Amino acid sequence: MKLKRIASACTLALATMFGVSAQAQISGNVIKIGIITDMSSVYADIDGPAGVEAIKMAIADAGGAVNGKKIELVYADHQNKPDIAAAKAREWFDTEGLDMLLGGTNSGTALAMAKVAAEKKKPFIAIGPGSSALTNEQCSPFTVHYAYDTVALAKGTGSAVVKAGGKSWFFLTADYAFGTALQNDTEAVVKANGGSVLGSVRAPLGTGDFSSFLLQAQASKAQILGLANAGGDTINSIKAANEFGITKTMKLAGLLVFINDIHSLGLKTTQGMYLTDSWYWNKDAEARAWSRRFFDKIKRMPSSIQAADYSATLQYLAAVKAIGSDDGVKVLAHMHQSKINDMYAKGGSIRPDGRMVHDMYLMQVKTPAQSTEPWDYYNVVQTIPGDQAFTTKAESKCKLWK
Amino acid sequence: MDIFGIPLQAFLGQLMLGLVNGSFYAMLSLGLAVIFGLLGIVNFAHGALYMIGAYVAWISLDRFGLNYWLALVVAPLLVGALGVVIERTLLKRLYKIDPIYGLLLTFGLALIGEGLFRYAFGVSGQSYPVPELLQGATNLGFMVLPNYRAWIVLASLLVCFGTWFVIERTRLGSYLRAGTENPALVQAFGINVPVMVMLTYGAGAGLAALAGVLAAPVIQVNPLMGSHLIIVVFAVVVIGGMGSIMGSILSGLALGIIEGLTKVFYPEASNIVVFVIMAIVLVIKPAGLFGKEA
Repeated sequence: MKLKRIASACTLALATMFGVSAQAQISGNVIKIGIITDMSSVYADIDGPAGVEAIKMAIADAGGAVNGKKIELVYADHQNKPDIAAAKAREWFDTEGLDMLLGGTNSGTALAMAKVAAEKKKPFIAIGPGSSALTNEQCSPFTVHYAYDTVALAKGTGSAVVKAGGKSWFFLTADYAFGTALQNDTEAVVKANGGSVLGSVRAPLGTGDFSSFLLQAQASKAQILGLANAGGDTINSIKAANEFGITKTMKLAGLLVFINDIHSLGLKTTQGMYLTDSWYWNKDAEARAWSRRFFDKIKRMPSSIQAADYSATLQYLAAVKAIGSDDGVKVLAHMHQSKINDMYAKGGSIRPDGRMVHDMYLMQVKTPAQSTEPWDYYNVVQTIPGDQAFTTKAESKCKLWK
Repeated sequence: MDIFGIPLQAFLGQLMLGLVNGSFYAMLSLGLAVIFGLLGIVNFAHGALYMIGAYVAWISLDRFGLNYWLALVVAPLLVGALGVVIERTLLKRLYKIDPIYGLLLTFGLALIGEGLFRYAFGVSGQSYPVPELLQGATNLGFMVLPNYRAWIVLASLLVCFGTWFVIERTRLGSYLRAGTENPALVQAFGINVPVMVMLTYGAGAGLAALAGVLAAPVIQVNPLMGSHLIIVVFAVVVIGGMGSIMGSILSGLALGIIEGLTKVFYPEASNIVVFVIMAIVLVIKPAGLFGKEA
């Protein structure tokens, strides 16, 4: 009897010890993931609440727990203000034991959050922002830039359009950091491929009526109108281009266009347009299968950013599971060594500068006659291999990649 | 022949586009001026009412198959009725206190309206097609003007001068003006002033909705379309003189043209030029160009 009691006491003690050591691996006994994105304003459709839903799908697909530790998700609206994004990130890291932060749309907020994450030594996976500065001048060992960046957009659309005969360009550019960066990156690609830039006009962000700028573009007699803007600006400039018959004399090249923009404008208005994106729901069977599940929940097909939300969460959780820890440095080390293979990316890998390298796709918008079902909008014209899509080592200014 | 380095033809084209945008400014600032002039309410919900007007047009086409011309009638009536409800239930409690409360209330209503539509329709917006009758474009010699844009200018001028005529030149208008000067006395003559005020706010809301329907085929119908415009329109009203009807019409048209030309000569400044002018006008003539000194 006594012996039995001692034996059970030993078992208990051992179990407690193991329990303690397991706790030390997963901080706070939960794996806590946060996303800070635009939940309500101009970019809320391409990420926003549906992006949060995609992350929830990834957590559910991972079983809701890793090695018996529950996975928790928190989310917040940054209202496109970098200060709000940074303050929220800091609060979560400091008081809620956040283990990994996902950054949604808007480059300004992402650059601010990247600094906080680096200070706290926690992984920051930027999904939606475009600025290539995240892995270039402002690269950090704790940042992973997952979906796309301005360089990839420029290289994709810029070079493809020039090769297809669109030699002379005019840019309609959103007058802020993102727009000018996109124009500069694309200009360099156009010129490197033997094209020329006949002019550009900088329209203030949120301009309602683009017709005046479009007449200026038309007067330049350029073949291609490069739209270095995003969201509502892109939508309204495409709409006015159609109304004024600009599309009869010039071809449009959308430099940052999401499928939600096409859905909103309709195929009649957008047909024939070239664009580059990191993913398309109808590109293969695996992507389609996942997208149908997403559609059942949201009643919309996913954007590339929402798909990347899912993929990044899944890959992070796989890394935590593999090493049995949510320690930021260790998880990132493991992620940098692993290949990414899921419905979003095939053979993807994370470079020392934090860039997740994967194939990009040049697409052309279908004509209404070619489209066989709702959301069937693109023909994939060309797959751009990852090593050609992004900044090269020679071009990089990142200290971590020398 | 060149004007400031750009060909005359291009210059005339830009002038025309400015006039089109000016028509919107005129129609929206007109509604604001009527509401402010007769009710003393700074109606920050005007942009939301404009947005709701555009959405009523889109919904009635998409869900009920009502065409553009019917929407031009239905949307102002529905939104006007909404305006009447807002006036009866909320605004009428605020007439006797500081105007700042009316401003805050309408601003709150605008945020609620925007939030509801954003929740229901998302932020990417919806496309409204140009009505068949007005598709295509006319070559004016100096530019190819889409027929629909020409219609906007025509419709806006009709509405603006119609409203001006009713208020400044008819018996009804004189009652309205008298009712706002001295409600007690006008009431004593047997005129129902509260009903008149209610209908005035409803009419102002209807004007905003009409502008929304006119805008729907040109810009994307979007829950945020009103808040983008409302600040500029307020500047137009201030420049024209708060409450001055002719002032808001003329300054709306003029500022549309000035803004259009800025888009050619210095595009980066095109979204602030209206405010620069507002600042200058406020310094030189604080009551606005057509306003009466209080």
